[in-house]
Amino acid sequence: MRKKVAMTGNIAVANAMRQINPDVCAAYPITPSTEIMQQFATFKSNGKVDTELVTVESEHSAMSACIGAAAAGGRVMTATSANGLALMWEMLYIASGNRVPIVMTVVNRALSAPINIHADHSDSMGARDSGWIQIYCENAQETYDSLIQATRISEAKNVRLPVMVCMDGFIISHSIENIELFEDEEVKRFIGEYIPLYPLLDTKNPVTYGPLDLQDYYSEHKRQQDEAMFHAGDVILRTGEAFEKFSGRGYGYFETHCMEDAEIAVLALGSAAGTVRTVVNELRGKGVMAGSIKLRVFRPFPAKELADAISHLKALAVLDRCDSFGAFGGPVFSEVRSCLYDRPVRPHVTSYIYGLGGRDLGLDKVQEVFNDLKRIVDTGHVDKLATFLTVRE
Amino acid sequence: MIKLKELSEKQDLLAGGHRLCAGCTASIIMRQLMLASDYDMIFTSSTGCLEVATSIYPYTAWKTPFFHSAFENSAATTAGIESMFQSLKRQGKIPKDRQIKFVAIGGDGGTYDIGLQALSGALERGHDFMYVCYDNEAYMNTGIQRSSATPMGASTTTCPAGTCMPGKKQRRKDLTAIVAAHNIPYLAQASPSHYRDLMEKVRKAFSIEGPKFMNIIAPCHRGWRTKIDEGIKLARLAVETCFWPLYEIEEGKVNITYKPKEKLPLTDWLKMQGRFAHLFSPGNQHIIDTLQAQVNKDWESLLERESKK
Ligand SMILES: Cc1ncc(C[n+]2csc(CCOP(=O)(O)OP(=O)(O)O)c2C)c(N)n1
Repeated sequence: MRKKVAMTGNIAVANAMRQINPDVCAAYPITPSTEIMQQFATFKSNGKVDTELVTVESEHSAMSACIGAAAAGGRVMTATSANGLALMWEMLYIASGNRVPIVMTVVNRALSAPINIHADHSDSMGARDSGWIQIYCENAQETYDSLIQATRISEAKNVRLPVMVCMDGFIISHSIENIELFEDEEVKRFIGEYIPLYPLLDTKNPVTYGPLDLQDYYSEHKRQQDEAMFHAGDVILRTGEAFEKFSGRGYGYFETHCMEDAEIAVLALGSAAGTVRTVVNELRGKGVMAGSIKLRVFRPFPAKELADAISHLKALAVLDRCDSFGAFGGPVFSEVRSCLYDRPVRPHVTSYIYGLGGRDLGLDKVQEVFNDLKRIVDTGHVDKLATFLTVRE
Repeated sequence: MIKLKELSEKQDLLAGGHRLCAGCTASIIMRQLMLASDYDMIFTSSTGCLEVATSIYPYTAWKTPFFHSAFENSAATTAGIESMFQSLKRQGKIPKDRQIKFVAIGGDGGTYDIGLQALSGALERGHDFMYVCYDNEAYMNTGIQRSSATPMGASTTTCPAGTCMPGKKQRRKDLTAIVAAHNIPYLAQASPSHYRDLMEKVRKAFSIEGPKFMNIIAPCHRGWRTKIDEGIKLARLAVETCFWPLYEIEEGKVNITYKPKEKLPLTDWLKMQGRFAHLFSPGNQHIIDTLQAQVNKDWESLLERESKK
């Protein structure tokens, strides 16, 4: 019997991990993701998982051990945040370049300096070009569901890429939600048996991983990696559909709200999407043609599908919980705006940097953004391309 | 017993045709190590000469599974591989009696310096693996930069002997002692010149469960500025001068596995190497004296540690 249980985002993640039952986990504590591994260690301690838990001495070693373990030939998971992800940076590329499936929960937190432990996407956005699939989740249920899907996506034969499942620090990781837990057996069936490809442990068929790859081959290997990301797009959709059959909750690249006839809309990732939806509902009540998009999959970036969903708008605001210093707007903004460039009809698109270091995004602030969008539609003119929201100027 | 005839009949697991320099002792060490073992082995290597020259896509010299990941994480990578092995074995996905030896390799840069943390962590956690450092006393792959294993007085590209500075100012780090402080079941220093000793240590290490460590001196003619064919002679002199004592520590007990009948003066070793040439110029004798005094003191203290068993 499936159960509805009240738990924090972190505990939901730990439960997904318990049910996925990876062969190896290597992790290092950092707020706000620490609790995941603590809970998982408790599962391990009480015989609820078969996992070998490697309590490494740093996140660099955590990812190094995960990569070694995955290449050895088994299922591998880990979790981290902010500085921990930053310390893994070198290894993120080595994971994707070696095409080893690893599923990692990133509990999003601001990068130092100054040190701050709260929600912010600067950590995972910094890793957007590292060759990892990136899925952003709005709440604990989505995170739990996405981890189960990520296992299948990562291991698909034509993908074999690591996946980051991202959720906002504290806002999701430490808030209690009622979530639906599947039965252990159901999860086991959905993810299937792990099928190793070229495992190191097969000493009868020795393979070399990580050779020196020079001008004569490197480009082809990077091209193959790009191809794998392309396949990932399709696998993500198919896995989302299969998951819907099994759970009743469907997942795609993004989720739209009141978009069919919308004239103005706001796009956001993660927990902010719910706040935006609430404002959209209020505005619809007042007859404003507002809508919203929650972007779930940032890598691979669903350029065509997203452009199809938003090009009919008159004005669109993109919220980024992360700055790209010296660029003209946040990282999500740049890509969303760029995917519209070839459309004959396209909306004005503006950038808002919000919620840095965990600052709250209130309904009033989202309302302000919609007011700006209305003004843009009325005047046909953008006053300011990139704005800092939720900041004292 | 190590029998040459038997060894000569065994298959080399590191194929010829790799691109290490002629006269490089790193590959000699690796072949001695591999020949010593009858087990299935899985290797990792940190970035450095050995890795770069033995696995250039689409070729590989490794007839065993081999993983090069990064510079500082050979120990952590092996820890991951070994953990997967233990996990699958515990779950019955691999037969209970299956044996594989996991060997993490690093140069001195990848071990004494950038990889020290990962090494320490893996030793402390008690993984069943062996870490092997081939110590050529500098970062050779990137062009002979000093490491914390470089001896005092040596000229490298980042501490070149000049008119004001006579090479490296600091004394080398005693990594073997640092590893010993982890209280692992077995560790040893070895030299390819004393291959029987080296191979016996490998065999002993492989017979013991838990973390093991070997520090092996690896003369490098490019970095040491020596003749191409004198690598083994230099390794032998390092031992005969007691600059590189051959010893092991098993369950905390020090055992010196080779004691030179007559301890040769360090200058016998120094004078063969261009990296120390400036030490023989007027005004630099005191550096040679300091080096000799350090060797004497370290040897005495090793003898004393051995006598305490
Ligand atoms: C993080 C990182 N820093 C620096 C380097 C550049 N690098 C590659 S090999 C190397 C030196 C290797 O020295 P050592 O470990 O002594 O091995 P050797 O080449 O002497 O055999 C350096 C500095 C790197 N690959 N990665």
